[in-house]
Amino acid sequence: MRAWLLRRIAAGLAIVFVTVSLTFFAVHLAPGRPFMPLDERPMNPAVRDRLITMYGLDQPLAVQYVRYFGALARGEMGESFSQRRPVAQAIAGAVPNTLLLTSVALLIDFTLGILIGLFQAARARRRSDVALANLTLFFYSLPTFWLALLLQLVCGLWLGWFPTGGTTDPVVYGSLPFAGQVMDRLHHLVLPALTLGLVGAGGTARFQRAALLEALGHDYVRTARAKGLAESAVLVRHAWRDALLPVISLAGMALPFLLTGAVLIESVFSWPGLGKLATDAISARDYPLVLGTTLLATCAVVLGSLVADLLTAAADPRVRLTT
Amino acid sequence: MTAATLGALLAIAVWTWTVVAWCRRRRWGGAGRRFFRHPSAAKGMVVLVFLATVALCAPLVTPFAPYQQILTLQDHPPTWLHPLGTDFIGRDVWSRLAYGARVSLGVGTLGMLVAVTLGGLVGAAAGYFRGWTDAVLMRCVDIGLSIPRIFLVLAAIALWGKLGVGPLTMLLGLTGWFATSRIVRAEVMSVREQPYTDAVRALGARPWWIVLRHVLPNSAAALIVSAALGIGNMMLIEAGLSFLGAGIQPPHPSWGNMIADGRDQLATAPWTTLFPGLAIALAVMALNATGDALRDALDPKARGV
Repeated sequence: MRAWLLRRIAAGLAIVFVTVSLTFFAVHLAPGRPFMPLDERPMNPAVRDRLITMYGLDQPLAVQYVRYFGALARGEMGESFSQRRPVAQAIAGAVPNTLLLTSVALLIDFTLGILIGLFQAARARRRSDVALANLTLFFYSLPTFWLALLLQLVCGLWLGWFPTGGTTDPVVYGSLPFAGQVMDRLHHLVLPALTLGLVGAGGTARFQRAALLEALGHDYVRTARAKGLAESAVLVRHAWRDALLPVISLAGMALPFLLTGAVLIESVFSWPGLGKLATDAISARDYPLVLGTTLLATCAVVLGSLVADLLTAAADPRVRLTT
Repeated sequence: MTAATLGALLAIAVWTWTVVAWCRRRRWGGAGRRFFRHPSAAKGMVVLVFLATVALCAPLVTPFAPYQQILTLQDHPPTWLHPLGTDFIGRDVWSRLAYGARVSLGVGTLGMLVAVTLGGLVGAAAGYFRGWTDAVLMRCVDIGLSIPRIFLVLAAIALWGKLGVGPLTMLLGLTGWFATSRIVRAEVMSVREQPYTDAVRALGARPWWIVLRHVLPNSAAALIVSAALGIGNMMLIEAGLSFLGAGIQPPHPSWGNMIADGRDQLATAPWTTLFPGLAIALAVMALNATGDALRDALDPKARGV
């Protein structure tokens, strides 16, 4: 187990290193240079040259590469060109917004998805199962950004129930008491989180239903029924425990989604999160910020698959973590 | 909608029905029976054949050119002449939708073709040759899978400028084969241990001949299923990119950038956003339903029940 963990961590670090290196060369070799704002008036060349020297961009690429990883080893991600502050600070400002949105979305996704899947499997092939199967397939096939626009239109503009953008109300937020501020944040959270949650729940429900129906075909289920257990006990206590395993690995795989899953939704709801930070950084040729967000996202994926394996091993006594 | 377009649409409907009914009646053997036994297989196929035919025959079923502006009719609600309304610069939404089907279905299908070819070859090489080939290829796949796809594609587009339809399709294909290669590798590893593979090897066949002629065809089921289920995903990514302004560039119609065009008129002209989105949902739903049925028919082990 310990050897397995060490090997996985080493492999993960190697993946992160290679990915960040590839991104490093990709962004530096790509056309376009930093400090070249496209739509604003051009920068004074003298100022630009000074900035380029200051950030060491006039050095050979190999030198910059060694410098970057040297700083990274000391825990520094450099300074963002476009935001004129440390990359760590820029990321730290965006991460909470994204995490709030995606964690609530994942909660909706898995709670709703598992419950629907359970309900469907309990009445497999009856009319309610077929209706729900069509519904979950529909949501699973939707473009998230389109559902977002639709919810904005119906619940935001027509019914006026929820605000259609931002994380807080720009006018009244400052003057609200603490409880009011919390409510305002939650109020802004409903539509984006619901959009991501509903689309995700469609997939999770399909997955849970299939896993449950497969589990229900096993011999131990027949045994449980034969010894006279109620159908609900067979379903929940026997079959569901087995069918939860693939859903647990699905949940582990969804961990990177926490950081990267909301790029389109953040754009629709003007949500100042990581996706917006990354896309802005790319178009501004803000090398350190691009590398910082890539680093974070890659770590999330590597960590997510590790956690998925650990969770599966913890939940399934048959799985041994070796090799 | 003129009488000619209505007639063309009816003809396409009849053609769709004929094709699907013919496929259903033909004896395909066990797999075909299992495919059509799936409750939504025939429905999915009807939608796909219909959309593909509309895309191919776009000039016949559209009363207007996709770029033609009728400046007196901006953001006009649906009428008999413009069944899905007009957009913010007076273009007919139905005509753009029909031409957009070419782009959206085409990019999805061709992109997946690239991804399946690459994923199939890499997976087969890794699974058949094992050893260091396997180790190197699979570590590359690990790296590819650990960069979030949308970041990767957005970065490539933002850094190298706006791409045309061809390069965009290639980019989507080149970033979409990682998962497929893993599936194929697992399949190939089991096929390579089969006695018939040993027999071919004993007859002196060259390794790549064995892979292409014997191993891959016998692992095709997994490949086909992963392709069918992957096209929908590819279409969704294309739509998302076009929505962000990084995919298909206006004025070329694609379902994704039509939604982006309609976004600012969401309150006053919702039909310009509504219909392209419904078209994507319908197409992806049909692809997923057909993919599910294909999986049940070809790959009884991985059955979704």
